[in-house]
Amino acid sequence: MTLEILDSPRRRPASRRVLPPAPPLRAFLSRYGLVIGFLLLWEAASRLGWVSAAVLPPLEQVAAALWDGLASGALVDDIAASLQRAGIAFAAAVGLGIPLGLLMGQLGPVERALDPLLQLFRQTSALALYPVFILLLGLGETSKVFVIFWATLFPILLATIGGVKEVDRKLIEMAQSYGAGQLQVFRRVVLPASVPSIFVGLRLSATTALLLLIAAEMIGANKGIGFQVMNAQYNFQIPLMFAAIFLLAGLGLAANGLLVWLQRRLCRWSLDQA
Amino acid sequence: MTREATIPAAPTVRGEVALRGLSKSFPLQGRLRPVLRDIDLEIRAGEALAIVGPSGCGKTTLLRLLAGLDTPDRGEVLIDARPISGVGTERAVIYQEPRLLPWLTVLDNVAFGLELRGVSHAEARARARRQIELVGLGAFEAAYPRQLSGGMAQRVGIARALAVQPEILLLDEPLGALDAMTKLTMQEELARIWREQKVTMILVTHDLEEAIFLADRVLVLSTDGSAPTTIPVDLPRPRDRNAPEFVAMRRTLMGKFGLH
Repeated sequence: MTLEILDSPRRRPASRRVLPPAPPLRAFLSRYGLVIGFLLLWEAASRLGWVSAAVLPPLEQVAAALWDGLASGALVDDIAASLQRAGIAFAAAVGLGIPLGLLMGQLGPVERALDPLLQLFRQTSALALYPVFILLLGLGETSKVFVIFWATLFPILLATIGGVKEVDRKLIEMAQSYGAGQLQVFRRVVLPASVPSIFVGLRLSATTALLLLIAAEMIGANKGIGFQVMNAQYNFQIPLMFAAIFLLAGLGLAANGLLVWLQRRLCRWSLDQA
Repeated sequence: MTREATIPAAPTVRGEVALRGLSKSFPLQGRLRPVLRDIDLEIRAGEALAIVGPSGCGKTTLLRLLAGLDTPDRGEVLIDARPISGVGTERAVIYQEPRLLPWLTVLDNVAFGLELRGVSHAEARARARRQIELVGLGAFEAAYPRQLSGGMAQRVGIARALAVQPEILLLDEPLGALDAMTKLTMQEELARIWREQKVTMILVTHDLEEAIFLADRVLVLSTDGSAPTTIPVDLPRPRDRNAPEFVAMRRTLMGKFGLH
C-alpha cells in the first residue's frame, strides 16, 4: 500500500550527547577553565602584591564580605530593592512591548508612522534622559523605575516587531489556503513564529534592565545593589564593593539562565536559534 | 474518461472545474504585462491535468487563480458550476516547498488544515494519523519538520492536503525541489493517491515526463501570447516510462517547446 521510504531523515536533533562523553573533569575544565584561571590570577595579583590588596582584595575577603552582608540581612534588603525596581520596570516593558510589537508588526501603516519616533527614542541614551525623568517624576522610586522601563522597552519592542515582520509569507499563505481568517493566521502562525525573536528581545531587555538599574541606583538612592557598590567605595569597604558587584553578575546570570530555560521549554523546535 | 463530460454539473459529480475567459496581468517595469489571456478550459471531475510551459508563461499564476489566492482581472473560475471567490474547502494546495510549521510535529502539521476548518483537535489528530499512515510516515508522527528529509517533508505536505478531503488537488511544482530518485518515488505516490482518492488533480510542472506520467491531458502555455493548447495523453495506466508510446509522447511534447 505504502511505498518504501528511500530517503532517510536529514539529521537527528542536534545534541551534544551524541559526541563521545568527555571525562567529567576535562569537560568541566574546557568549559570553566578560563574562569578559574581568571580567579587564580586575581588571587595571585592580590596576594603577591602586583596590585594593592586594598584596591583588589583577595577573594576570600570578598566572599567573607558577601557572606556577612547576606547573613546580617543588609545585602538582602539591597537585593530586594533592586529586584523590585528592575522587576516592575521589566514587567511593564514586556507587558507593553510585546503586545505593541505584535500589533505594529502586523499593521504596516502604524509601524511606518511610529518607526521614526521609535528610532529617535531608541537612539537617545536613557541615561541622558534620566535627569529629565528626575525633573518630571522626582528623585524617588518612580523616576528610577521609569528610566529602567524606558531603556528596557525598546529591545523587546523592536525584537517583537522584527519577529512578526519576518514571519514567512509562504506559511501565512498556506494557512490562508486552508481558510484561516486573520485571527487564526495570527494565533496559529504569526505568534508561534515570532516567539524565538521575542526571546532574543527578552534576553536583551533583561540585560539592559540590570545595566540601567545600577546607573539609576547610583543617583539618589539609599538602598539597592547599585547604591551598595557606590556606598562601599565611598566608605572604602572594598571587599563589600566587590561583593555587590559579584551579586550583580550573579543576578544577570540568573536572569539570563531563567530566560534560556524558558526558551528551551517554549521553543524546542528552534533550538539552533537558542 | 469522457463519460463525465456528458453529464455536466450533476450533483454526484464533484470537483469539476471550468475557466471562462480568465485573464491576469502583472505590472512589470512600469507597464502591465499580460500573463494569462482569455483562458477557456473545462476540467472534468476526477481528471488529472498537467500544466506545462516555459518559465513566465503563467503556470503558477493560473494555479493561484484556481486556488483563490489571487483574483483574475477578467473572467472567472467555476467549480461544480459555481463561480469561486477566494479559497474554498473543496480545494487544497500543495506547494513546491512543503510549507510545514516548524513548531508543530508531523502529526499536528497534518491536523492543522482540519483544525482551521473547525474539526476538533482530537478528531483532527485521528484523521491526520490515518493520512500519515497512508503516505508511509507512521513512524515519524512525533518528529519535527527540521528532522525530516525533503521528500519526507513533502509527503507531510501532501498528507496535510489530503486530510481535508478536497475534491480538487492543486499542485504547484510539488516535486521540483526533490532529488531525482525521490522524485520518481513521489510520482508513483501521486499516481496512487490520485487513483485511490478520485480527486481532480491539477498539477503545474516543468518536467514533461512527470506531466505525461501523471496526467490525462497536458495544457501547454506559451509566453508569446499564442493560445494555449491541450494535448490528451491516451496511455494506459499504470504508465511505463520506457514504453514506446510514452517515449513518442514525450518527443511530441518536447517538439512543442522546440526541443528535439
